[in-house]
Amino acid sequence: MSQEHNMRRVTAIQNGTVIDHIPAGQAMRVLEMLGLDKGTSVPVSLVMNVPSMKMGTKDIIKVEDRELNQAELNRLALVAPDAHVAIIRAYSVAEKLTIELGDEIVNVVRCTFSNCITINPREPLAHRLRVLSRVPLDLRCHYCGRPQDPDELVANVI
Amino acid sequence: MPGLITMDDLSNDEILSILDDAERLLPVAKGELYLPLLQGKILGNLFFEPSTRTRMSFETAMKRLGGDVVNLGDVKTSSVVKGETLFDTIQMVDGYTDIIAMRHPRQGAAQYAQDAARVPILNGGDGAGHHPTQTMLDLFTIRQSHGRLDGLKVVLAGDLRYGRTVHSLSHALTRFGCELIFASPELLKMPREIVEDLGAHGAKVTETEDLLGSIGTADVVYMTRIQKERFADEDEYAKVAGAYKLQAANLEGCKEGMIIMHPLPRVDEIHPSVDATRHAKYFQQAFNGVVARMALLCRLLHVEVPANIGGDA
Repeated sequence: MSQEHNMRRVTAIQNGTVIDHIPAGQAMRVLEMLGLDKGTSVPVSLVMNVPSMKMGTKDIIKVEDRELNQAELNRLALVAPDAHVAIIRAYSVAEKLTIELGDEIVNVVRCTFSNCITINPREPLAHRLRVLSRVPLDLRCHYCGRPQDPDELVANVI
Repeated sequence: MPGLITMDDLSNDEILSILDDAERLLPVAKGELYLPLLQGKILGNLFFEPSTRTRMSFETAMKRLGGDVVNLGDVKTSSVVKGETLFDTIQMVDGYTDIIAMRHPRQGAAQYAQDAARVPILNGGDGAGHHPTQTMLDLFTIRQSHGRLDGLKVVLAGDLRYGRTVHSLSHALTRFGCELIFASPELLKMPREIVEDLGAHGAKVTETEDLLGSIGTADVVYMTRIQKERFADEDEYAKVAGAYKLQAANLEGCKEGMIIMHPLPRVDEIHPSVDATRHAKYFQQAFNGVVARMALLCRLLHVEVPANIGGDA
């Protein structure tokens, strides 16, 4: 099944953002991490588990009338590090963006360790995870140093 | 380095140079000489959980060097009980002092405090995390007895899971090429991520439940207390703890220069019969807390320890 066919499973958007190559089954998490799962009025379409030459199967999200910025997209590094992002203007790709993990993830997720100093929600300093390795993903809390399980982290999105 | 949060804040050369400073400060620590290197400086002691040796030795170290100390006092009567954040407490004490020594029940608290403070933070223990000033006094004690740190065979025994002293010490000993033997009951084994980290740094590590079978070829036996409350019932505790007790009779056949250390307090993991043997170094180790912390206070406050103390020069 062609790439073109996948993209036409939902209507082409006039303006907005398309996030492609999301690992199959992660689309809901992506919406959650972008804050698009609730409290948003823009139309959002998603397709899940569609065939992909590169990934076997994948998810795709289209967000209408909203251009996601680089900082928002970098939040996805934990669940969809290889996603491709296109900003659409007047039905054409105006800009292509990639997700960057960087050396540190700041104020995206809270440390998962139950005795970390950051567990107190009133403590004001930023939540910081250091990226020790990208493959395999090895993240440590800047404060307590504990290794973080990416699956648990998703539940700790700020 | 702004403060000392983990042993990673110090290079091997810095560790050795601080131990050299500590060596020269021994007569000052013993009160044989008055050397007010830190006159006019104030240490803030912020102990959010109980401490005897660490708090007192910081205080002694500061006063032996002519400095002064202010204490948080009992947490129950401080603003912490009113819900003050660590950030706010640090903002306040930061303005009152030149350096802060801190112990906190939450892991990562020392790094958090350092990020919030302008003055250096000395981590005196954060949850089950790090206790680097204890590690410095441990290294000082080992070097004092063996004349070196590199290439020694060190047995760490007892509660390796929750004991922060053994976590920091294992990392430091690995950096000096020591061989490590972790002797503990299954329930209290060294955390997996620490063993993996040590392995990644080239450590030679053996894990065993047999303490007495491990001490024959050791240069250092580092004992820790097994806490009753870690076990589901008292019978299980009694069975396990019994295998991690040292008596003088167990030491026959050990190396002549082998030393026994313990961060204290001990309960009954080292029998008093060991105290009189040449191997017992734990009280010496507790005293060394003063001299090691004197050297650290000077280093973090950028005060040079003179090359000749009490000498002719």
